[in-house]
Amino acid sequence: MSAHNDSARDEVEPVDLSDPKLTRFEVYKEGLRRDDIEIIHYEPRYPKPGTRLEKRMERIVGGLFLLSGLFATLFVVAFIWWPWEYEGAATWRDPQTWYTPVIGFTLGFSLLFFAVGVLTWAKKLLPIEELVQDRHDGGSSKEDRRIAESTVDTIVDDMGLRRRPFLVKTALLAAAPLGLAAVAPLGALLKDPGDMYTVTGWNAERYNDGDPIRLMMKDGALVRPDMVSAGGQITVYPAIDHGATNQFPTAPTLLIHLREADAATLRGNLYPMYQDVEALWGNFVAYSKICTHVGCPASLYEQQSQRLLCPCHQSQFNVVDNAAPVFGPATRHLPMLPITVDDEGFFVATSDFLVPPGPAFWNRPSLPEEDEK
Amino acid sequence: MKRRNGSNDSLLTKAGGELDDRFKLAGPARVLFNKVFPDHWSFLLGEIALFSFILLLLSGTFLALFFEPSMVEVTYHGAYVPLQGVEMSKAYESSLDLSFEVRGGLFMRQMHHWATLLFMASILVHMLRIFFTGAFRAPRETNWMIGILLFWVGFFEGFFGYSLPDDGLSGTGLRIMEGMTASVPFIGPWASAALFRGQFPGTDVISMIYIIHVFIFPLILLALITVHVALVFIQKHTQWPGPGRTEHNVVGFRMFPNYVMKQVGFMLFIWGVVAAMAGLFQINPIWLFGPYEVSVVSSASQPDFYVMYLDGLIRLFPAWEFRVPPYFTLPAVFWPAIAGMGLSVLLPLVYPALERRFTKDRGHHNLLQRPRDNPGRTSLGVMIVVFWVIGAVSGGNDVFAERFHISLNAMTWAGRIGIVVLPIIAYYMTYRICLGLQQHDREVLAHGLETGILMRDPNGRFYEVHQPLAEPDEHGHTELEYNGWVVPKKMNRVGALPPTDRGFFKSIEEPSDNGAARDEIESGKH
Repeated sequence: MSAHNDSARDEVEPVDLSDPKLTRFEVYKEGLRRDDIEIIHYEPRYPKPGTRLEKRMERIVGGLFLLSGLFATLFVVAFIWWPWEYEGAATWRDPQTWYTPVIGFTLGFSLLFFAVGVLTWAKKLLPIEELVQDRHDGGSSKEDRRIAESTVDTIVDDMGLRRRPFLVKTALLAAAPLGLAAVAPLGALLKDPGDMYTVTGWNAERYNDGDPIRLMMKDGALVRPDMVSAGGQITVYPAIDHGATNQFPTAPTLLIHLREADAATLRGNLYPMYQDVEALWGNFVAYSKICTHVGCPASLYEQQSQRLLCPCHQSQFNVVDNAAPVFGPATRHLPMLPITVDDEGFFVATSDFLVPPGPAFWNRPSLPEEDEK
Repeated sequence: MKRRNGSNDSLLTKAGGELDDRFKLAGPARVLFNKVFPDHWSFLLGEIALFSFILLLLSGTFLALFFEPSMVEVTYHGAYVPLQGVEMSKAYESSLDLSFEVRGGLFMRQMHHWATLLFMASILVHMLRIFFTGAFRAPRETNWMIGILLFWVGFFEGFFGYSLPDDGLSGTGLRIMEGMTASVPFIGPWASAALFRGQFPGTDVISMIYIIHVFIFPLILLALITVHVALVFIQKHTQWPGPGRTEHNVVGFRMFPNYVMKQVGFMLFIWGVVAAMAGLFQINPIWLFGPYEVSVVSSASQPDFYVMYLDGLIRLFPAWEFRVPPYFTLPAVFWPAIAGMGLSVLLPLVYPALERRFTKDRGHHNLLQRPRDNPGRTSLGVMIVVFWVIGAVSGGNDVFAERFHISLNAMTWAGRIGIVVLPIIAYYMTYRICLGLQQHDREVLAHGLETGILMRDPNGRFYEVHQPLAEPDEHGHTELEYNGWVVPKKMNRVGALPPTDRGFFKSIEEPSDNGAARDEIESGKH
């Protein structure tokens, strides 16, 4: 029994259940007493049974249940017979436009009517009651604890855990590798990341037998300088098998045809590593489209301010300054793809990106020029 | 045990007897039927999460019958004309088929999504209620921690759920998650390669998160919810202070019929609301987003609301990347995403222990506190809410900037400054408001209610008449103790205004018979 027991429970006398004169309510109250519950207040909602008010409540609840049944029927009927098949763009006059709203409305209101019916029953027809129950908070009795302790001690002694340290130690020794064995199969998921972050679809050695890789558009069309007017930009992919698919997630590149003045500015700003490989061709520059923050495509090109914006976290890159970050959470410039035009007049990449495109990662290799900026 | 044979032997009694013969239920069933529950509207917030969860299991099972978690490339030839001929994954194709070519499929998809939002929202609001009223204090710290875990498992369950259709938006979410994963020191690239079986996006991630979404996490949620509810049951619910209510009792009504009927009604109500929303309000129209392609994204790509604060933190955090000697990198996204999420899990988990330590309050608490009575905790809570809201708003700052013609950079800077400054201001203001409310409670207890009646004494001084709450002493003061519960602040709270007539079209008030009928009812006379 709890130490702090401030109920009046002890005042209530247990009743003799063998007494044949006991009413049902008295037997019921004996149950409450045994559960340490006392009635503070208990009265019927309507003192006189069958008053107009009570009858009215019954009618309301009954009506709600009937409405619920009606709507449930409507739902089943609509679910089965309402035209539902999608047949291209439709107007509000076409019944299939209304399929989802109709089944939602009927099912929803069927549930709501039943809900309000049950709630009204509970709130308006059940007796008004208030009861108080002992909480018995705060652990078991001292006796119970003592018994439990002795029980556990007996179990421990029976096993001889204290007398047989050798067995305990060997069991623990075995359990460690056994635990490891349980999680080891998860190792099947591990895969060496290798050079997945550093080699892209523009790597000619790996994907094109060492021949320079041409630039292509999504539909496979090869890209010539006259396809992009000054101030314009297109997304280009390596012209290899599946080059424009998700198989080469770091390959998408933005080819921008700069205006003369902007190109001059960029040439003045160009990092030494890009000067060394002559990364620009004429006024054309190609930047990785994959944001260096967390890898969304930085695809919004604002001509006026010469900025590329990534819509995911609003990193902004200055097109005329090596696509260096100028605002937002990105810390690195969008790597430039060195390009030129081959004999047949198509753009080709002269090499892969000089630094890994896409988000930074723990062991990301970087060039000194990057850290200076 | 011999069953009584008599007039009472109804069918119910017989059935009960048969059951009891086999399962010995009479005792435990009585304890269950009679269990007393305290009543307050704020105790029902967690129930909303429970009922949404049941709905999620039901609607999710329907969706699983039709969804194919495969990233095999197919060409779409389905009913939705604008995407016909487009290359896409089988997962996206089957999600489109669910929306267009399965009877009631769109309805179920929308029900699943709305129920998720309700699930997460009600967990959040429920958590705030527990926090602000101090219901997490001993002996209920364990259940608070289980609740926090429930939120975070739900968080990832939801994120994985809306990643499954493999549409343009969900792929963008996975893309960001990959960037976050790769930023973890030492293990980042390996963790990413394990999750995507190589380079992102690969061809395996959908089937991997599918088994997590439909089996592993639901199982964890189900287990945690079971323990959570069982502990509420075993430890007995907290209650608000009030007449006759102590730390050692529970005042309320019985589990049966009152509590159970209200619960069933409430559950059907929640389901009805979600079903109606699923039919009437569109959510996540995946056919508009197209299949996921790494090179395509649109602006206004927002995650679901419970992820938005994290996305907002990532947007706001400055471009601080660190080089770790000899040649390692700690990317900027690590701080808001990994460290930020880690703290968001850890701090709430340990908060009960921290509060115990700093207040040196080691007692058991079964009576709730009004938020005003613990200004420090309340202000801390409001501070965190403000921080969260600014994060969530910043998660949609491009939308705000576009809709209200504000500069995007100005939105970002407002968020950066706001998320540092406003929580502090919120803390101070909340603290003062709590103290002010406390003081007003004491004032009313000492001087009485403001009646709104202005008087002028012979000297020309105006004063307001106060209605004391008890017999005042010669100075007009009442010595009433504040007991942690609502103090009446208006005259009609103490019965000064008669209740309005009942009945909608005409009066249905009946003359009182002075409770003569009450005597027929056996009731405890105390």
